[in-house]
Amino acid sequence: MFQFLIRRAGLALLVALTVSLVCFLLVNLSTDVATAMAGEGATAEAIDTIRKQYGLDRPLAVQYVEWLGRALRGDFGDSLYFRTSVSALVAERMPVTLALGAAAILFALVLSVPLGVVAALRPGSWIDRLTLTIAVVGQAMPSFWFALLLMFFFGVTLGLLPISGSDTWLHFVLPAIALGYYATPAIMRLTRSGMLEVLGSDYIRTARAKGLRAPSVLFKHALRNALAPVVALAAVQLGFMLGGSVVIETVFALHGLGYLAWESIAHNDFPVVQAIVLLISLFYIVLTLLADLANAWLDPRIRIA
Amino acid sequence: MKTTAASLAALAFALSFGTAMPAHAGKKDNSIRLAANQVPESLDAYFNNVRIGVILAHHIWDHLVSRDPKTNEYKPSLATAWRWVDNQTLEFDLRKGVRFHNGEPFDADDVVYTLNFVSKPENKSTTQQNVNWIAEAVKVDAYKVRIKTKKPFPAALEYLAGPVVIYPNEYYAKVGPKGMSEKPVGSGPYKVVEHQPGRLIRLQRNAEFFKESPRTQPSVERLELRLIPDQNTQMAELMAGGLDWIYNVAPDQARQMKAVPSLEVTSGETMRIVWLTMATRDGSPVPQFKDIRVRKAINHAIDRQAMLKTVVGDTARVLHTQCFPGQFGCTDQGAARYEYNPAKAKALLAEAGYPNGFEVDLYAYRERPQTEAMIGYLRAVGIRANLRFMQYAAMRDALREGKAGFAHQTWGSFSVNDLSASTPVYFKFEADDVTRDQKVRELLDAGDNSVNPSVRQVAYRNALVQIAEQAYTVPLYSLPVYYAYTKDLRFTPYPDEIPRFWEVRWK
Repeated sequence: MFQFLIRRAGLALLVALTVSLVCFLLVNLSTDVATAMAGEGATAEAIDTIRKQYGLDRPLAVQYVEWLGRALRGDFGDSLYFRTSVSALVAERMPVTLALGAAAILFALVLSVPLGVVAALRPGSWIDRLTLTIAVVGQAMPSFWFALLLMFFFGVTLGLLPISGSDTWLHFVLPAIALGYYATPAIMRLTRSGMLEVLGSDYIRTARAKGLRAPSVLFKHALRNALAPVVALAAVQLGFMLGGSVVIETVFALHGLGYLAWESIAHNDFPVVQAIVLLISLFYIVLTLLADLANAWLDPRIRIA
Repeated sequence: MKTTAASLAALAFALSFGTAMPAHAGKKDNSIRLAANQVPESLDAYFNNVRIGVILAHHIWDHLVSRDPKTNEYKPSLATAWRWVDNQTLEFDLRKGVRFHNGEPFDADDVVYTLNFVSKPENKSTTQQNVNWIAEAVKVDAYKVRIKTKKPFPAALEYLAGPVVIYPNEYYAKVGPKGMSEKPVGSGPYKVVEHQPGRLIRLQRNAEFFKESPRTQPSVERLELRLIPDQNTQMAELMAGGLDWIYNVAPDQARQMKAVPSLEVTSGETMRIVWLTMATRDGSPVPQFKDIRVRKAINHAIDRQAMLKTVVGDTARVLHTQCFPGQFGCTDQGAARYEYNPAKAKALLAEAGYPNGFEVDLYAYRERPQTEAMIGYLRAVGIRANLRFMQYAAMRDALREGKAGFAHQTWGSFSVNDLSASTPVYFKFEADDVTRDQKVRELLDAGDNSVNPSVRQVAYRNALVQIAEQAYTVPLYSLPVYYAYTKDLRFTPYPDEIPRFWEVRWK
């Protein structure tokens, strides 16, 4: 297990370094950083001074190493638009995105795992077809449209839930459903197929033959094994939700990292863009690593694979 | 599992008891909650040029003079009287007894410091065109100042009644533009009590707003402005009672909202003009625009009248020149008119060497359905325009840096009712001039700097004729604004696009 851990962690570190390099190069090659920093109407002389002052006239490799060094210490410079520290800005917006991502994955799991199990217990039944319908609708419906439907039904027509903002936990209910529903089909289908496979295996037959009660067979023996791939998928989906919540954050006026990323791209605020891309990638990498480790812990065969 | 069960139980509880929602404020506590889809990059009035910034500035700060929006007459505000001493010097007697929100008393030092600071180019005010006519402000005594203009500048009072607001000198000297943005201090009818950059601004009625002001004493106790980027969300909030007032509602949505019994929807033409910019200066990223036939083809390609009926709103009007008809000096007399004629547009493109049209990036930042309609019209004549939709500041910078050459632009003239605030911004070799026509510049200079009204009118007309003749832009239409708000609000819109919340009352 320890060797597996070292191997996977090393791989994650390499991916993180590659992402940071690509992110740095993309931003630096797509815009003239000195011009952006100098602001509008700046003279060529002023731009040149900034270029020298900030060391932007040095080779990109040198600049990258320096940027990485500062980034490792949590220093991403200042936002060109908000004129405040990027780290402070990101720290201020991160809780909203984390809360939204956690609530969304929770909603997805609570909805999709039971439905997947029920569908596997009655394959071909009306309930199986219903879960299939939910999966298809979830995959086909654009998230912004689903978000608006939720908003108008629960917010306007019934007046039960707040529509926008992030003042209370109630404000996260509709965005979490809108975002989480997108992950539901994949988790549900995986749970269903995992359960079908496990329920047909010898050891489940043995457990039943031993006279174990149905709930015990189902939850203690079958579900635990069927959930191993679901854990990995949920971790990847959580990464996707943290990085891909731009639309949901915009529609629900949640001022999280996703909306900040969109604002920063629109304003050419490259230090913020760079920091967010790196951070979201790191989330993704860490979550994938954790999923790998969890899987290896649940299923010893993976450790030697 | 326990956490999940608890969350579900809490959710069920909230769903069963709508009262778990945050209490609505609005009429009950005499406040108004409004939303905007963008917020200024800075709250300092001289360091942003977006409409919501102009609106906020009118609430937070005060002007030397005030223009009555109904009669266009100038009335005393922070200044009690004024006179032209000579062609380039305006003298003001200042009001005594006015205090800023932080208690600092208003006097000549405030006027002198503010105007001298913002008019110096090295202080990098974003709205240079609003202050670059000021040579200097001089203190005569504690309550008398003189403003010297660089050249004769007859529109000075219009600017002093609009975008030029007065700051408390001691506070501004201490905190600078950054501090003024973080915690604005003025003498206007509302004071900022909370500012979460890019998110929320809360204003409180200024109980000490000077009684002699030509503006009505504010009645509404609190204003809360939230950034809600999506228009549909704004509408949903308004219908659910989470907001009391929204603006810039799309015409088709406004039509639907009129059917909601609890809401009022009003609209009116504004000073904001809409046009397509075509960069012709050296280094333009769209070299095709160098050819006048291409520019004329684009002018002929768009059916502006049809756009008014479908996506703009019928309280707008089609424009033929680059200014708002109500502004002093604006006219379309003698200017070339390009009727909707796609066949002619195609012929002109073929003549220019583009029988199959060409591909171009079209930049835009608001009224997306209008841009999309224009993309359709352009495609019909063979021009394949790719939409580059972004925030205003990013589009403005792309144009200024020569990265963008084709843009769907709008301009509200900072609500200044004089042509000097519109056409010259885009044709006098300043940062936003992507044409650089020397003749136009000279004519506009003559209009800007003469004290003789008829000389000004002739110069401006000739400049507008030259711009239209050369088809440097595609003037489209004036933009109507649709406001939607709860029926219990008494609200009056004005053509200068400034909602006056100090006049607004709850019924």
